[in-house]
Amino acid sequence: MSERAQLLLEIADDELILGWRDSEWTGIAPFLEEDVAFSSIAQNEIGHARALYELAARELGTTADELAFDRKPEEYRCSALVELRLPEWERTIARHVLYEQADAERLGRLKASDDAELAGLAAKIDREEVYHRLHAEMWAERLQDEPRYQAALEELQPLVDRRNGGSPELTALWEEMTSVRRSQPAGTTW
Amino acid sequence: MVTEAQVWEALAEVPDPEIPVISVVDLGVVRGVRVEEGRVHVEFTPTFLGCPALEVMREQMAARIAELGAEAEVEVVLDDSWSTDKITPEGREKLREAGFAPPTPRGKATTLVQLQSNGFRCPYCGSRDTALENLFGPTPCRSLRYCRSCRQPFEQFKTI
Repeated sequence: MSERAQLLLEIADDELILGWRDSEWTGIAPFLEEDVAFSSIAQNEIGHARALYELAARELGTTADELAFDRKPEEYRCSALVELRLPEWERTIARHVLYEQADAERLGRLKASDDAELAGLAAKIDREEVYHRLHAEMWAERLQDEPRYQAALEELQPLVDRRNGGSPELTALWEEMTSVRRSQPAGTTW
Repeated sequence: MVTEAQVWEALAEVPDPEIPVISVVDLGVVRGVRVEEGRVHVEFTPTFLGCPALEVMREQMAARIAELGAEAEVEVVLDDSWSTDKITPEGREKLREAGFAPPTPRGKATTLVQLQSNGFRCPYCGSRDTALENLFGPTPCRSLRYCRSCRQPFEQFKTI
């Protein structure tokens, strides 16, 4: 697989898995505004994943759905940060802040890339990510003096650049994420 | 034989499935129309990448062009050619009439301080005494604001 396809999969996997994790707050966030916010952020991230998988799929001769759902958990290239199920609000916000920082740097590099297709998509994604960063910034300000939030930042920071694939957390999520798709014979049209 | 002008006219009647007062042409998401040997090629770009209306828009455009007796190919372009500045003046007016505050023009970087300021006008009473309620709303393209003058919450189209 080309370096380009590997990079596309790495970012797409990050966005897909984080989108799933964010969507776990739908209906159970601490208050209604955050229920709406995390659901909307999840929808955006999964939309970005779809576009990135499509670019990779054109190169690899497959489809976005197959790349998103038909690989084995150990083949995913996402960061260990997004794999975790975090039912605690302060840890969720710490992940949100850490991810948005790292993602902003990555998008900045991609926007400057010589690969026009990749640079164009990165620029489009970045327009939407502005609002995720503002949301993260708002929460970072609100929680900055909260010791539990600071502890969560310290705990999660080392995971940002760790890419293991196939962790128990990711495998459990993969089982859930692909169960409906796997219940049908390969090649089913949805 | 179908002409490009006829295709543009037909697409101007295809509504945004989520905000049906505005058409795909008003939204500025149709990036180009080309007619070659009776085949119509449309380049189209999503507003937000996670927009669930994407597929519906694509099918409706193809169906409307089929009514003109031409075969359509609707290509989704994943580049950075769309921003909310591409919404036409007519489109902005239609949004306002339907109770959606149209997006502010792109300019300096969007900041929290700016969004929390009074720079946004209520689409119902025109007052600028409005407050940010939530950066996010019922669809990816909208934020929620509240008008302190007429005490009406409203949806603000995000600037991207």
